[in-house]
Amino acid sequence: MGGERLKIILSLTPPLLIIFTLFFGGIFYGFLQSLGYQPAIGKYEINFSAYYNVMFSERYAKLFWTGLGLNLWVSFASTFLAAVFALFGALAIRKTFFAKTICNFIYSLNLPMPHLVVAVGIIFVFSQSGLLARFASQIGLIGSPGDFPVLVKDKYGLGIILAYIWKEAAFFFIILMSVLQSLGENFEELAQSLGANRWQRFRYVILPLVMPNLFSASIIVFAFSFGAYEVPALLGVIYPQMLPVMAFEFFLNPDLNARSEGMALSIIIAIIVMILVVFYFWLTQAKIRKD
Amino acid sequence: MNNNLKKINIYAIYLGAIILILPLIAFFINAFSFRWFYPQVIPKELSLQAWVRLKLIPKSGQRTFEGFIELWASNPAVIKALLNSLSIGFLVTIVSIIIALPAARVLGLLNFRFKKLIIFIMVSPTILPPIAFVLGLNINFISWGFSGNYFGVCLVHLVPIMPYVVLTMTGIFANYNPDFEHQARTLGANKTRTFLLITLPAIAPGMVVAALFAFLVSWSQYLLTFLIGAGKVMTLPLLVFSTASSGNPALTAAISIIFIFPAILILFFTSKFVSGESGATSGFGKI
Repeated sequence: MGGERLKIILSLTPPLLIIFTLFFGGIFYGFLQSLGYQPAIGKYEINFSAYYNVMFSERYAKLFWTGLGLNLWVSFASTFLAAVFALFGALAIRKTFFAKTICNFIYSLNLPMPHLVVAVGIIFVFSQSGLLARFASQIGLIGSPGDFPVLVKDKYGLGIILAYIWKEAAFFFIILMSVLQSLGENFEELAQSLGANRWQRFRYVILPLVMPNLFSASIIVFAFSFGAYEVPALLGVIYPQMLPVMAFEFFLNPDLNARSEGMALSIIIAIIVMILVVFYFWLTQAKIRKD
Repeated sequence: MNNNLKKINIYAIYLGAIILILPLIAFFINAFSFRWFYPQVIPKELSLQAWVRLKLIPKSGQRTFEGFIELWASNPAVIKALLNSLSIGFLVTIVSIIIALPAARVLGLLNFRFKKLIIFIMVSPTILPPIAFVLGLNINFISWGFSGNYFGVCLVHLVPIMPYVVLTMTGIFANYNPDFEHQARTLGANKTRTFLLITLPAIAPGMVVAALFAFLVSWSQYLLTFLIGAGKVMTLPLLVFSTASSGNPALTAAISIIFIFPAILILFFTSKFVSGESGATSGFGKI
């Protein structure tokens, strides 16, 4: 058995080493820096003043709390809407119809598309001189580009939400399609033969069956959109600003003291995401116990 | 009534498909048009201007085979970024597969103490956002001398890739029967031959998916490359981002088309394998 144990340890060490030194090491060092420990500029004290500054100081408090609000709004709205669109898309597309394969491909097309490109695409389509504004002007809905609503680089994060919906709907779609495929149509046919109407079949048969997968995919999407940088950096405004962009900008600030605040922000983002994931596991575990 | 509903359903799907494909259409119009002014929907003149300015296509009159070679040999920024992206992607993919292979085998086939904990540690980089570790890591990399060079960028790309490769390949090994290896060994095959003739063919399909996926994750990495590369390692996503921020739609569209081409290609080849059960799929949401 000793040989097997050695084999396990030797096999697992390289990937664990990478994750421990680079990932956990990075978090740990970031945490140290957020506490004000910065040997590079001769600061060795440890305190929570960076956290206090970010959250409560007159200078940053407003920026932080509006940013947090925007973060929650964007992540909730985009996760929910992407899931809803994908659910209806997946349910509708199961039937056979003309050009089904092409539609299926288009619906999954955004899956491998980098977020960065999706963000650029949203600018091309939804900006005030974008494709939609041009259509609207052709059919006489609007005159000048200024008449088109501000959907990109707006203070409500609409452009960011649109980009995440575009991208993550494809992700939900793939997951839902495979769940629905593995379920088959037996349950629905059974419900139909028992007299359930369209809505009842959806509400009491399909929804409970896809919910576990839909929910775990939602957690992934929510956690991602909460901490991602590229999309809000391209489609956001300076105020209110999403937290990852704010953290990054603090970090790049030539004033080295702002670094601690940037690190503190990135740790706060990580803690919020972690709380969410733990809550999710607690919820699913509790449900398993109940069942 | 039911028939009407079905029709509405199908039209809704077509409409959804058209809406979803709009950005892609906009990319192509922007990249191949010249002075596409508002409110034109269809550009008045098509042009390769953006591609000429990016030094990807020679000026008209020089579009011969030699013209192309000469232009590309002058090492324009896009070609340089493309080569960087490709080589980093390939290198990181190969390294991650080599590292993940033994670990995935152990995790997939054996049961031991702390296995759940180890899997949890392995996947933790997929849960927490990259900004949580890369800011701290950046300072470490500067003091280790990994910042601002090719090696450091490759190293940091391993962090988001490792979990998916390990996870996908663990899934493969969980459905793998090692008895065939024993049979080969008892029949006299040595370790290398057994691996090449028995193990590799059995895990190859899954490994290809893991590799393509690893490549895609590296390919689309922006934040990690930007911070660790410190502006010295230029890749395609960095070029897309900076061109998009500077606000030239034609150039941005042209670079983006080059950038998304492999992504669509990979989807085309892997769509058969991509399903909700695969460990890799969960990563697609995060590219």
